[in-house]
Amino acid sequence: MLEITSKNARQWSRLGSRGVFGQAILSLAETKKNLMVLSADLGSSSGLSRFKNAYPDKFLNVGISEQNMIGVAAGLAKEGSVVFATSFAPFIAMRSSEQIRMNMGYMDLNIKAVAIGSGIAMAFLGNSHYGIEDASIMRSIPNLTVVSPADCVEIVKAVFAAAEYEGPMYIRLTGEANNPIVYKEDYNFEIGKAITLREGTDITIIANGTMVYESLEAAKILELEGLCATVVNMHTIKPLDTSVIDKAVASSKVIVTVEEHSVIGGLGGAIAEYKTTLRNAPPQLIIGLPDKFGKVGEHRYLLGKYGLTAKQMADRIVKQYMYLGLYNKQ
Amino acid sequence: MDVQKVKDMAKKMRRRILDISHSCNVSVHIGGGLSIVDIMATLYRCVLRYDTKNPAWEDRDRFILSKGHGALGYYSALLEVGMISEEIFATFQTNESDLTAHPVMNIPLGIESSNGSLGQGLSMGVGLALAAKRKTKKHRIYVLLGNGECNEGSVWEAIMSAANFKLDNLIAIVDNNGFQNDGNSETIMDCGDFSDKWKSFGWNVSSVDGHNISELYNAFVECNVENKPKVVIAHTIKGKGVSFMENNNEWHHNRLTKVHYDQALQEMGEI
Repeated sequence: MLEITSKNARQWSRLGSRGVFGQAILSLAETKKNLMVLSADLGSSSGLSRFKNAYPDKFLNVGISEQNMIGVAAGLAKEGSVVFATSFAPFIAMRSSEQIRMNMGYMDLNIKAVAIGSGIAMAFLGNSHYGIEDASIMRSIPNLTVVSPADCVEIVKAVFAAAEYEGPMYIRLTGEANNPIVYKEDYNFEIGKAITLREGTDITIIANGTMVYESLEAAKILELEGLCATVVNMHTIKPLDTSVIDKAVASSKVIVTVEEHSVIGGLGGAIAEYKTTLRNAPPQLIIGLPDKFGKVGEHRYLLGKYGLTAKQMADRIVKQYMYLGLYNKQ
Repeated sequence: MDVQKVKDMAKKMRRRILDISHSCNVSVHIGGGLSIVDIMATLYRCVLRYDTKNPAWEDRDRFILSKGHGALGYYSALLEVGMISEEIFATFQTNESDLTAHPVMNIPLGIESSNGSLGQGLSMGVGLALAAKRKTKKHRIYVLLGNGECNEGSVWEAIMSAANFKLDNLIAIVDNNGFQNDGNSETIMDCGDFSDKWKSFGWNVSSVDGHNISELYNAFVECNVENKPKVVIAHTIKGKGVSFMENNNEWHHNRLTKVHYDQALQEMGEI
């Protein structure tokens, strides 16, 4: 198991989510005898170069055939392997969506589908490579667990937790190299259990993936505006940790959800669905990528373009607070 | 191998299919169920290794019905060999039944995987065959596909990968009855010569009469070419065994009324 230290956190952050995913898999292979990692010809692009050289018998490249990859993964999983099937987000979540539905959903097989470079991390590769709808699609399939780690440390935690977790899972990796750091030391990571990173009485911001860091930064800015925000890392989109939402509903005047995903059907959608069942739930501000295919650009540039940086988020939250007539700045 | 025993089983299976198709009183996939009966009888009577007392036996041969709508040919075989009971068989296509129009994975009943979405079974077969190789197990993996199913691109991904991974423990069977949902396959999507196509993808190909028990048996048990997966192209007749259903695609999915049921039984004679 890789050691979680501040030094490693810094090093992994520089490496980025794919590289760290590869390191985690390499480390996992030391102890996980029945591990199999599949790629549809994106092994090196998924950070798996070292792994495939070190463990050629645990790595299988099925060629550029994502649908076949999930079926092959199913056969291996049925015979007792813990299978990580990897590709870029749209290719695994959408090209092989129905194979995921049949094999991971319907047959509930122990496959971890890993989406590399989800959200808009693929930058100049363009919308064909972006994962803006994947969480929405994957979480609507029965039996699937959907996880989106907050930073590179959490990618390591999630990979190890996934390997021990019996059942199908979609792991959505966001961010690129120089991924912002949320965790500098070891902590308790449990699939399906949200983590409250900061407590505040006015607003609850619930985020996942790259947006956890931005939310923490936004909370600092809000504090200067006299607003106290709770920040929750909802790394598991499904099953949703509703206890955190119950708490937010009871204590906050506004709930904000933030994700590097379309505003339709992802974390915001999942929380809104649950909130509608509650009495007196506060309004929700859903912050995410717009429902469109825009022009492409660098990851950081696009986060700014779509209002997904801490400052922009804080401004929007303040505006929403004022709009709702809740703001009494001292 | 006793040809007569297999023929007897196939005959009983056809009778079972007619009985249940009539008694369930809803539309069923009957044509493509009947076309695979001789294939299934041959497999389950004298080719596949399984243990009805221990359906999860680790060394069992794995059978995947990739053309999931052939379920009646599957369930009737499982019934005849004692893997599923009369009581369970009688629930076919009733509310909450384990036996529906397309198989649902149920190892205790001998059903290896969930199917119904065409073009997926062979990929799972590739994974199962790889797993057997990795564990140095001797069991084989059989996957039955429909000729119409081979329209799916994912089938060809799986065909390509099985040859690439040298899976000589994998046997695909194509129930080549020449029809698909909308009619004659040649006019809908002409796949040309299946034998040539599979051969060019690196498979060991046998082309047989899918209703000739000896030909089927020999194709299944003949030694595989080392390092090559094998496909048995079984030329069949959709609706085989009932004259008015044979090569009549109206019976792809239809309700078997009393009139037609009686007529079919009359043709079939005593069982």
